[in-house]
Amino acid sequence: MNLVIALLVTQQYLTRDRIRHVVTGYHDQSDEAFERMFERDKEELREIGIEIEVGSHEAFFEDEQGYRISRDAFELPEISLEQDEAAVVGLAARVWQHARLAEHTSSALLKLKAAGVGVEPDALALVEPRLTAGEEAFEPLWEAVLTRTPVRFDYARSGADPRSRHLEPWGILSWHGRWYVVGHDLERDATRMFRVSRVRGVVASAGVSGSYDVPADLDLRAEAQALAPAPPDGTATLRVRERRGYALRRRAVSVIPLGDGFDRIELPYAGRWQTAEEIAGYAADVVAEQPADLRDAVVEILRGSAAQEAS
Amino acid sequence: MTTSAREQVPRMLALVPYLRARESIPVDQVADDFGVSRSQIVKDLNVLWFCGLPEAVTGDMIDIDMDALESEGVVRVDNTDFLPRPLRLSVAEALSLIVALRTLRESATVAELPTIESALAKLESAAGDGAAAAAAVQVHIERADPAVHAAAREALDTCRRLHLTYLVPARDEQTERDVDPLRLVTEQGRPYLEAWCHRAEGVRLFRLDRVTHAEVLDIAADPHDAVERRDLSEGLFTPGHDDLRAVLDVDGPSRWIAEHHPVDAQREQPDGSLRIWLRVADPGWLRRLVLRQGGGVRIVSPVWLALEVEQSARAALLGYEAH
Repeated sequence: MNLVIALLVTQQYLTRDRIRHVVTGYHDQSDEAFERMFERDKEELREIGIEIEVGSHEAFFEDEQGYRISRDAFELPEISLEQDEAAVVGLAARVWQHARLAEHTSSALLKLKAAGVGVEPDALALVEPRLTAGEEAFEPLWEAVLTRTPVRFDYARSGADPRSRHLEPWGILSWHGRWYVVGHDLERDATRMFRVSRVRGVVASAGVSGSYDVPADLDLRAEAQALAPAPPDGTATLRVRERRGYALRRRAVSVIPLGDGFDRIELPYAGRWQTAEEIAGYAADVVAEQPADLRDAVVEILRGSAAQEAS
Repeated sequence: MTTSAREQVPRMLALVPYLRARESIPVDQVADDFGVSRSQIVKDLNVLWFCGLPEAVTGDMIDIDMDALESEGVVRVDNTDFLPRPLRLSVAEALSLIVALRTLRESATVAELPTIESALAKLESAAGDGAAAAAAVQVHIERADPAVHAAAREALDTCRRLHLTYLVPARDEQTERDVDPLRLVTEQGRPYLEAWCHRAEGVRLFRLDRVTHAEVLDIAADPHDAVERRDLSEGLFTPGHDDLRAVLDVDGPSRWIAEHHPVDAQREQPDGSLRIWLRVADPGWLRRLVLRQGGGVRIVSPVWLALEVEQSARAALLGYEAH
């Protein structure tokens, strides 16, 4: 603590001798003990994010290296939040449900409080989002993304044999509560997305941190959209029993009563098989009329489902 | 530095400017804000007492009013001019906070956006490298229907009852219910309204995208202070006492079910399928799920549900013969 203060208030670079002389706790140490303590303390400060500058003011005596901490690099810049902004930040502090990241958020909040921001976890009627990350591989992959470190891991869909992947991770994204990592698959030489929950075992570092660049045009939002259902590219005609098939009716462009207890609806859809599965789920309440290939798919699915006791 | 330096030094570096900005503050409040025990704060203060400018004469050390601490339990400090500001946010700190704020932004209504945007902009400019790192993280939250979201928000703000037309896909029902809103949350990337439901006479979570219509009523919401809110830390699907226990064999492309739904147990079968044990709140949901899988799922038990699925599928096939 005294070392921080000494290096912070000094105008000039402090030499080792000077530091040893002025900082309480150093002066009564032997040479060897001082060197050891000083190196350890510098390292610890670096770990908590304090950069110690090394340099000299006197160009002619470059061998006399000195140390100091630049105030600009050390101090949190001025930040003043309005009351409602501070409340929003207070709410943000509750978002992470992941222990490590929740810890980072609270220590960030603490620094803001220390800077005089009155963070009141107000009773805001905002949506309280919750970000969970229960996947075991989440934390190592998150770190790898931040430090741009190539990684190797085994990856498998349920029931399939795991395969080793070698990836330069570019970004990490959350979609419907699941995390995905996007990056350059080195063996396949292509951009790939991996579901973090399908990573088996450990994520091993497999290269030097910062050894690759993330493409400037990487658009994680667009990558996330690839997980969304495709936009409709066709229209189906369905018979839907009255007061049934509500989820389909919501997406229908027209509903015509047929007078026989059914309505005929026109449904924009994408993906024949997926839509057929949805229709099959309604059993006798929904009948696919058109197009024929959708109708055939529904029949095929229902035949399969009807064979419950077959095996 | 001591062995706990890694935690203590950053805390003390925040503690000094924190106390500096507050003339006199109860030590319990400090402990609360810093998320540590009162005795830890007292220990920190005792260390700080011996900190100060190099070669300091007594007057240049951090001055802590130890009498006030002991007798009144309040903290007063002086001589801290050399440490007016807290440490910069580390990349990890800035990143986690910025991602959290962006997540808030993703789930906000249009009216709430300006406040979140301005808080975010201020933090990003104060954060430096952490803000740049946030480009590598993306959180997607599904947007709710703006009219439904705004109605829920208004009901919460004005403490009024809300009428919902709500879809229950598991039973293919459209229900009408009056609810007293408690809060808006997101779970698995989707917005939900947690509310006391007068129809179910209990607290329920309503997925906003399944609300087909929402209307703020001219009735004050009942206070539900004593009501136990759902503990979401265990996820959305908390098993209930009267849940149906089912055993399924899933195969081929239908194996996703084991990844997608919490299962109590699973075991690979000699025939290449996966047997799973799970609890189901609504048999209608399971019936629909199995019907959709076209034989990829076989219900091992309960047998009555297997028969029901079979009959439903047969009845549905009749509809294709007739037309």
